[in-house]
Amino acid sequence: MKNPVAERIADFLKRFPPFISLTYTDLIAIAGQSKVIYLEKNQVLFKGGDALHTDFYIVKEGAIGLSVTSDMEETLIDKCDEGDILGLRPFFAKNNYLMTAKAREDSLVYGIPIVVFQPFVTGNKDVLSFLLQSFASQSRNPYDKERSGKLISENTIYNDQAADIQYFQPIKYTRNPITANPEDILKFIAKTMANSAIGSVIIQEDQLPKGIITDKDLRAKIATGLFPIDVTADKVMTAPVITVPENISVAEAQMMMLKHDVGHLCVTKDGTDKTPVTGIISEHDVVAAQANTPGVLLKQARRATRSKELKYVREKLTDLIQNSIDKNIPVAHISNIAAEINIAITRKAIEIAVERIGSLPPVRFVWMNLGSQGRKEQLLLTDQNNALVYEDVPAEHYSAVKSYFMELAERVNYALNKIGYEFSPNGLIAGNELWCKPVSDWISQYNTWINTPEEKSTGISTTFFDVDFIYSVPAIENILTENIAKSINRNKRFFAYLAADTLKNPPPLGFFRQFLVENDGEHKDSFDIKSRALEPLIDGARLLALSQNIFEITNTYYRFRRLMELEPKNADLYEECAEAFSTLMRFRTEVGLTSSSNGRYLNLNDLSKSDKVKLKNCFQPINDLQDLIKNRFSLTYIN
Amino acid sequence: MAFEWLTGGSMPQFWKNYLSLFDIDEKNGLKRYVIFDMVTSGLDWKDDVILSIGAIGVHGDAVEVGDFIQVDILQENSTVQSVALRGVPVNEQNEKVVEAEAMIQFLNFVKDATLVSHNINLDVEMVNQALKRLGLGRIKNPLMDTNALYQRWKGFSDDTHATLDELCEALKVRKNDRHTVSGNVYITALLFLKLKRKLEI
Repeated sequence: MKNPVAERIADFLKRFPPFISLTYTDLIAIAGQSKVIYLEKNQVLFKGGDALHTDFYIVKEGAIGLSVTSDMEETLIDKCDEGDILGLRPFFAKNNYLMTAKAREDSLVYGIPIVVFQPFVTGNKDVLSFLLQSFASQSRNPYDKERSGKLISENTIYNDQAADIQYFQPIKYTRNPITANPEDILKFIAKTMANSAIGSVIIQEDQLPKGIITDKDLRAKIATGLFPIDVTADKVMTAPVITVPENISVAEAQMMMLKHDVGHLCVTKDGTDKTPVTGIISEHDVVAAQANTPGVLLKQARRATRSKELKYVREKLTDLIQNSIDKNIPVAHISNIAAEINIAITRKAIEIAVERIGSLPPVRFVWMNLGSQGRKEQLLLTDQNNALVYEDVPAEHYSAVKSYFMELAERVNYALNKIGYEFSPNGLIAGNELWCKPVSDWISQYNTWINTPEEKSTGISTTFFDVDFIYSVPAIENILTENIAKSINRNKRFFAYLAADTLKNPPPLGFFRQFLVENDGEHKDSFDIKSRALEPLIDGARLLALSQNIFEITNTYYRFRRLMELEPKNADLYEECAEAFSTLMRFRTEVGLTSSSNGRYLNLNDLSKSDKVKLKNCFQPINDLQDLIKNRFSLTYIN
Repeated sequence: MAFEWLTGGSMPQFWKNYLSLFDIDEKNGLKRYVIFDMVTSGLDWKDDVILSIGAIGVHGDAVEVGDFIQVDILQENSTVQSVALRGVPVNEQNEKVVEAEAMIQFLNFVKDATLVSHNINLDVEMVNQALKRLGLGRIKNPLMDTNALYQRWKGFSDDTHATLDELCEALKVRKNDRHTVSGNVYITALLFLKLKRKLEI
């Protein structure tokens, strides 16, 4: 039957890419299965984090805004007008929407089912490449015009092209994969898979691919009892295996998987199953390559075998941070991602060091990242601050154990240094004999700091309250934190000294609300954002968090967020502090990235007027916070 | 006629199917609405007949383009004097069917959906008359009138009357294709979507 409504929609579609490249009959067929949706102004079509819809959308009338939302801010990334397509994610990825699509005015959109359109994507090159481009530009945010001039990033050269092109670049996959023969016993293949932590094994004969055994096969055919566990591989393998040539792009690999509905592709010399196997591409490789780089970096960090590879990961992380800053992603989120990768790097550095030493640690130990790493706020390559705790050992073993861990710590410190984290100027590293000791020594160390907090020692000790345990052994970690919690509890003297220390930082503004800059030295006339603005917030958050018995959170931003919950009457102030901290971190990171420094000193002449205002706005919460601290810890009395 | 329900066994299958749909209480999934419009030979439901009827489905908040039907009815006396009345030419190239067949197709399409139309009472009465001519009962579907919805949204009383064109103006729906059955159906469907959202139905 003729469907005039579908014809009308087809008439609309044919004016816009990628539908231009389709025949009118195809368009009628597509339109006949589409739907028409009305969105009132501000109505949400889909939200970041929502499960994927079965349709993608074309704007008929009105405008749909695409934005990245986080609990704190919403950043408009793109606006779709008449004829623009959106919601392409289901074509290319299986994870949830990243962006939120919201009507910016009353709008009509057509929804086209993915399954209906899929054949045209795989069958028509123009359509595919158009969709890929749209997808890449919408999900990776082409340079956003609205933002220029808002932050100092106007001085940074934006170079995100690489990220877009990346989608068409060859995919990174496992070369020389583990293979097995058709007559191999399944049990042993499964053992190999478990040992090497891989999800699939290619079954080959004379190097030619015959089939593949994946987790899915084991699940569906063995675990269900369909076949005994000593069956030979050829009985249960999935055959034929889908083969692809070397140097296939991320996009192509994904299309092949979608087309054949498989999770693994076998790479051969010329892409047919008549030539030797050279690699395997898993779904994870595809996701890692497109769900943006953090996944890849994590994977690379975990699979690294030499510190040189870790150095590469750290360099890439800097690019990632730069991109995220440019994209205006909230600093708290960037920090989380950066922290995960930093942790992975540290872990790997420790593993490599253990391997190099050649023998396993004699007792359990915990690596502590301190300071900015411990707070998970290290966006720039700043100093490494760390320490090592190992279990108590009987006196007769003490020196052997100690020398083992000293060697381990030194190796890790050197590796991290090579990767790019400079040694702490205070010698605050695990390789320092002072900071590499058994639990009981640490406990008495903490007790000394807490009970006799002379001004001199608190300077160093505060960093020890921003700890991130890596390679953690819960037993050691718990003993430590419980002990600290106990001795800190209501220890007026300790908090008073901590508070005094917090208020020691030089003020950011002078009497006339002018920026106070350094008077002399190398950084004459620049603004010290670290000690005048960031540290008061960091120290304040630490002090207040510890006094509220918050030990598990070390991140300044999240400390303030938690304080908001605990002290509703000060919630506004804490929220302002959290925001100020994010803004200041952004300033510091941008400066650090532009000048490849630690971003501590801001050259005020580089700042636009609006940036200066923005910066000044961050100082009021600092003042208020310091007043609150003064009152709460009755500092007037101590001084 | 009044006792026809007693001899229900003689009713045509399609009608029994149609009635049985309303026996089920539990409905799951998205609610389906059917928006329909018709061309008639006049405004008198006793004497005039349906010339053409079109309908489209709305599931939840979306018009399902594929869920569409249009039936043109073969007239026994071809001296149909209708055209001038609504200014609608009946020249869509669909094959025409007799009234009975049209009703079968229409009810099979509508099923137990909520029927929606502009000034629905007249339209439904036309259908009821056609069904009566077949010796069957009346339409059982829940009904919604876009005019009534519009008045409710505006806060006017239900007996105020606005034309389809006025609704289009007020709700900013483009009036392309206004004077074909399918065009009217589509426009009414869009109006319904908007009113549905505004009234949070």
